[in-house]
Amino acid sequence: MNATTTRVTSRDAARLTPAPPPGLLEDSPVFPIAAKRELANSQLRNNLARATETIRTKRAIRVAEVPRWEDLRTAAEAIKNATLRHLDDYLLQAEANLIKAGAHVHWARDAAQADQIVVDLVKASGVDEIVKVKSMVTQEIEMNEALEAAGVAAWETDLAELIVQLGHDRPSHVLVPAIHRNRAEIRDIFVEEMGRYGTPAPDGLTDDPAELTAAARQHLRDKFLRARTSTSGGNFLVADTGTLVVVESEGNGRMCVTLPDTLISVVGIEKVVPTFEDLEVFMQLLPRSSTGERMNPYTSMWTGVTPGDGPQNVHVVLVDNGRTKALADPIGRQALRCIRCSACMNVCPIYGHVGGHAYGSVYPGPIGIILTPQLRGMSAPVDRSLPYASTLCGACVDVCPVKINFPEVIVHLRHKAADLKKADRRPHMETLVMGVVGWLFGRESRYTWVTTASGLVGRVLKAGLDGRQKFFGWLPWPATRWSQARDLPIPASQPFRRQWKKRSSSPGRTPEGLSSHDRDTEVRP
Amino acid sequence: MNQPGKGMRVGLFATCVNDIMFPSAPKAVATILERLGCEVIFPTAQTCCGQMFTNTGYFSAGLATVRTYVEAFDGFDYVVSPSASCIGSVREQHPMLAEQGTGSTHASRHDRALLQRARRLAERSYDLSEFLIDILGVVDVGAVFPHKVTYHPTCHSLRVAHVGDRPLRLLRAVRGLQLIDLPDAYTCCGFGGTFCVKNPDVSVAMASAKAHNIIATGADYVVAGDNACLMNFGGLLHRDRASVKPIHLAEILAESRTS
Repeated sequence: MNATTTRVTSRDAARLTPAPPPGLLEDSPVFPIAAKRELANSQLRNNLARATETIRTKRAIRVAEVPRWEDLRTAAEAIKNATLRHLDDYLLQAEANLIKAGAHVHWARDAAQADQIVVDLVKASGVDEIVKVKSMVTQEIEMNEALEAAGVAAWETDLAELIVQLGHDRPSHVLVPAIHRNRAEIRDIFVEEMGRYGTPAPDGLTDDPAELTAAARQHLRDKFLRARTSTSGGNFLVADTGTLVVVESEGNGRMCVTLPDTLISVVGIEKVVPTFEDLEVFMQLLPRSSTGERMNPYTSMWTGVTPGDGPQNVHVVLVDNGRTKALADPIGRQALRCIRCSACMNVCPIYGHVGGHAYGSVYPGPIGIILTPQLRGMSAPVDRSLPYASTLCGACVDVCPVKINFPEVIVHLRHKAADLKKADRRPHMETLVMGVVGWLFGRESRYTWVTTASGLVGRVLKAGLDGRQKFFGWLPWPATRWSQARDLPIPASQPFRRQWKKRSSSPGRTPEGLSSHDRDTEVRP
Repeated sequence: MNQPGKGMRVGLFATCVNDIMFPSAPKAVATILERLGCEVIFPTAQTCCGQMFTNTGYFSAGLATVRTYVEAFDGFDYVVSPSASCIGSVREQHPMLAEQGTGSTHASRHDRALLQRARRLAERSYDLSEFLIDILGVVDVGAVFPHKVTYHPTCHSLRVAHVGDRPLRLLRAVRGLQLIDLPDAYTCCGFGGTFCVKNPDVSVAMASAKAHNIIATGADYVVAGDNACLMNFGGLLHRDRASVKPIHLAEILAESRTS
């Protein structure tokens, strides 16, 4: 075993790498509970508000520069739809071209299979540590933990992923995984943890961003130079050449895909694009949508093995892990168009308040609430709660570079969740309320019972007697969920339909509408 | 005042929230449209657009309201409502629900007819601001409202019904009205239908942010085209004893010199 990867004696006794928080993401509390927990963290809300605002503004400026932005989005949507429609063909084409170029191709049905393939390949390469390019799919399959269990240390090399890993934390954003941390917290993590897992932070480290970056470079340098095996994800896989594409900002990815002998790329099957001509569309959309840059600093592309240059042992693991299930759903499948730009979470007011950890999902925000319940299924309570983590405001629809209709998928998944609740033997408040109110509102004859009752409540409570709107300041459970912070107007003592009926039968009807004595709630003064 | 609506028979879709809680909004719609010459009829068979059920995942309850909507309004050339959200639901979700209804193997000829009727009726259903500007060709409805007003563009009016800046154009033509820009206007207020009770803590956090921005304008009134959103942050403003009052767009437009 390498001297610097000796097992450390900290809270992670008998571990090679920092332990993430205990437990599985699928076992996370339901969204409303987790969101309440996160809302209590005002530091988090400040960090998030500042960070998402900055990215949002940058994105808007860079998008406005492109005269045919909408055409690009339409093209991207069409390319992804066409590719997903014939995904089987394109995947086989990609496999054939990868093999022709000297790469080895592996197919993984689920996370466990993918992890096993990676563990076996890493072991076969004869190392006990690897360096990683930032990758969402390796988070999804929890590859680091599988490697750790097999005695292999997996080191994150993306700055933000490093912060997350050293902080015994989980990513909270697809693109900026440590967006929930400010620089003072990052400094503390570096000072505390770096020395346990390699080159320590320099003495007297401050929270100056340049100093923090320098500390991270120093810490990672040994790991890069030592690395014989690395893993990456893939932003795109070009089918007709077998080329893998990784888009990044820091250059750490370039180190990982060029320095080691063995390179293992774990790629979701939806990442395939037919040709380089198609790739061109996404290369215009992705940097502007994600970091608000015209072009990202580092784009690495490799096609199998180049003799004498770069990794000579190249593997690609194509992962399904629920994707074909999503593909089979005519409405849900549009979530597979996602290119992980994160624009949706940067504009989402809900994400902006609660952050990524509230979602119990590797993918947070709008894409997370439509993708995760499809990939993982809806048997866990958290997965059934995710589609409800939206007001259906549609801000995400406006910015999505591949034009995912988020509200359409959200409502579709809620339909599935409601059907599961109906089929459940345990009674649910929601099904009960929806059943009763739905029955009442389904026909005028029953609906008028509601307006009669609401009018009675209004008259009893003397709403609008003096022409002013009156309010409830307190409501019984479960309406406390409304009234804990908001007053509720007392219903009108004369519902509109009753006023209209009176007016129609009244001889004193004026062309201006209702005569003034009919007014129940006056135009609010 | 000229009467571009002369000879038009308009079905007034009050919506359940307005019918039960805020009758002054549909009343104001009737006032404005009659002033412009329309014949306004409130078909009592109407109940609700059903989005509270549909958006929570209860499609069969949603489909029942598609039937009540079609029964109530099928005979009208135009349906006008003081809720862009409900009109958005009529346009986007009613055909979807009717189609799901026909998707079953037990679909009757009646169900297939419902889909056709729902689709055609969706095309004739308008938010008040759309009907005034696009159909009647009126921007200045002759309203007078000498107050400081800030406008919250509701999410569904912008992104489902696509009313654009029509409400603002109508407000700018109101005499005496001083319009103040709302910071972060395009951000959701956190109502979201059943979201406000299913996720009450996030909903309140969002409503607080909206209320904070509204108070910062110093306006006398905050106006929107939807009473559900007004009820959400309005409830918070009332709890906080803020002096700014929520008001529906129709109520401002109905304020004439004579009233």
